[in-house]
Amino acid sequence: MAGPLGKDLLGLAPLSAEQIRLVLDTAIPFREISERAIKKVPTLRGATIVNLFFEASTRTRISFEFAEKRLSADTVNVAAAQSSVSKGETLVDTARNLEAMKIDMVVIRHPASGAAQFLAERIESNVINAGDGTNEHPTQGLLDLMTLRDKFGELAGRKICIVGDVLHSRVARSNIWGLTKLGADVAVCGPRSLLPNAIEEMGVTVFNRIEEAIEWADALNVLRLQLERMQAGYIPSLREYNRVFGVTSARLDKAPRDIVILHPGPMNRGVEIDSDVADGPHSVILDQVTNGVAVRMAALYLLAGGKPELAEAAKKGAP
Amino acid sequence: MSRDLLLKGGRIVDPSQGLDTIGDVLLRDGKVEACGGAIGTPDGAEVVDVSGLVVAPGLIDVHVHLREPGREDVETVATGAHSAVAGGFTGVCAMPNTKPVTDNQATVGFVKRQGETAGFARVYPYGAISLGQKGETLAEFGEMVAAGAVAFSDDGKPVESAHLMRTALEYARAFNVPVAEHCEDMTLARGGSMNEGLMSAKLGLKGIPAEAEEIYVIRDILLAKRTGGHIHLCHLSTKGSVELVRWGKERGINVTAEVCSHHISLTEAAVEGYNTNAKMNPPLRTQEDVEALQQGVADGTIDLLVTDHAPHHYDEKEREFADAPNGIVGLETALGVNCTYLLKPGIISLAQMIDAMSCKPAKVFHLPGGTLARGSVGDVTVFDPARTWTCDPKQFKSKGRNTPYGGHTFNGQALLTVVGGRVVYRAN
Repeated sequence: MAGPLGKDLLGLAPLSAEQIRLVLDTAIPFREISERAIKKVPTLRGATIVNLFFEASTRTRISFEFAEKRLSADTVNVAAAQSSVSKGETLVDTARNLEAMKIDMVVIRHPASGAAQFLAERIESNVINAGDGTNEHPTQGLLDLMTLRDKFGELAGRKICIVGDVLHSRVARSNIWGLTKLGADVAVCGPRSLLPNAIEEMGVTVFNRIEEAIEWADALNVLRLQLERMQAGYIPSLREYNRVFGVTSARLDKAPRDIVILHPGPMNRGVEIDSDVADGPHSVILDQVTNGVAVRMAALYLLAGGKPELAEAAKKGAP
Repeated sequence: MSRDLLLKGGRIVDPSQGLDTIGDVLLRDGKVEACGGAIGTPDGAEVVDVSGLVVAPGLIDVHVHLREPGREDVETVATGAHSAVAGGFTGVCAMPNTKPVTDNQATVGFVKRQGETAGFARVYPYGAISLGQKGETLAEFGEMVAAGAVAFSDDGKPVESAHLMRTALEYARAFNVPVAEHCEDMTLARGGSMNEGLMSAKLGLKGIPAEAEEIYVIRDILLAKRTGGHIHLCHLSTKGSVELVRWGKERGINVTAEVCSHHISLTEAAVEGYNTNAKMNPPLRTQEDVEALQQGVADGTIDLLVTDHAPHHYDEKEREFADAPNGIVGLETALGVNCTYLLKPGIISLAQMIDAMSCKPAKVFHLPGGTLARGSVGDVTVFDPARTWTCDPKQFKSKGRNTPYGGHTFNGQALLTVVGGRVVYRAN
């Protein structure tokens, strides 16, 4: 089935600005469902969705599951450890088996870049990419956009800086694609060893020092710094990372304007972000989590063939 | 005694003799009996009218993977050699990264015999530089040369120890054979699956920087300078590598180099969409690199055009990009690629192309062939450099189907392949 987003949601790179705005607009009425006492509408009743997670994830999987259940879909969760992948089954075999079970949608998280596209090209069911390697995490990108739009209204001309391990971040790529399509100015900041070599050619500004980024930005999207990056020799130590690139209240206090702070989580408090920033007045981190369920509901709804103009009706339970 | 074969009325292009003329070629007892001018038809000879076609000394590819022993499900020496003649090649050098590794005289002899039994292209085995390609202990070059090895390489991976490479270059001098290097600094390349640049940044794939290759290119050129040994640099892919080889040659260092047809015709753009048929090592690079490689062939900095023929089972390529194996089926598309991307645009002449695909490989690797001079082996390739054809992988003689050229239309196709005076392939 192909709705206004096409058959699949594989990334923000393939989407137009209009399609991105459509998801964000559709997510607003869906967010209200989560505010109700009975957080459920029958919009996807009868649809079967498999959450196929080849990689550990807690918040993304739970967020998708909430979104699916609030739309009344039947869901099955498959984790790699339980799946036949651990017995050597290939992704293409997994795809064929899923297809044979006549499911409607697959939400896939996979450690290999391109895995979601690989699956989407081989099955008729709708595929949603819940993060593939270091390529994209489109629903995270959308929820970041939604959160920023809540704060700023239109994003055109707004200055957003992504801070940290951009090299290994699928969130960073989805943010870069989505923000630039909506007209925002995008920058990245981090150690050069954790920035892709040709990142400037993607139309972003590069800051080598966090102080410069803070001076420039309206919002910082602070990425998680994974411990293994230090072990792999990308940075000398977590301590030094915090000293040089950490987002601290002392640094934010010198900013010329209030800066909105995002973080896709989970956070390393005291490494890339200090607790008083994460829990402080400029943080929208918990808003991101709330918006995550809403944009995922919107994405599921639109991919299932839902009509944008009926989103309000869907909210009322009569799609 | 075999029947005489007279190739009549073709355009004979043989750079080894400075020959570009319309005439006949007569093959007798597996050798070239006469070349050029009008030759009378001997009694009982098979006559093939090749007018309008190019008659060249048989093409030789010094870099192929035939997978036997070990992965006969993917390719055998016989199917690889069949694929070779279908692409116009009369001789191929088989890399030693087999299972087990071809690092001893018994395995070298086995590969050679498999080639002789198959009766298609001549198969010249490589021996490994180090035992098991582990980069630790020098393999027995002398015994392998006696069994038929024509060169040594740990291809598939680099010789990480500069000391071992130095020793290999020194030791190989006694046998007058090249030592061929897979240039890749694994500490830079590890985990990479495509060229490092804008496309890898966009796709979220770990890239392999050009310097991973170039560091080894200059290291090995310097070791050749020190030892006087012959270093042959495999499948170069970057502009910087071409410049370094040029630097080495200008100083009279004993260095030769090869490029693959895919590296002179495709860029990293072919990877878009996570196309595993465009995944290879070294990876497809940028347009600037492609043009530098083409120029390197044109000015002679690059000596040889090769394929790095690397067949894989279809399901091995049908997987996540980073996990898919490297390489493409090359033997049956190389002539078409080279004619289309080098010859047709006028980057090189017909004589230059034949030189890089036949004469120089024979000369650099000390192989029979590479010439139509009287008395030389009767290996001939007849092709039409302008003939248009569309690549259909299902028609490959190789067991492999992995190619980024499926559906591509080429100019230039082999029509008749003759090995030892015997027709071993004839196009429909």
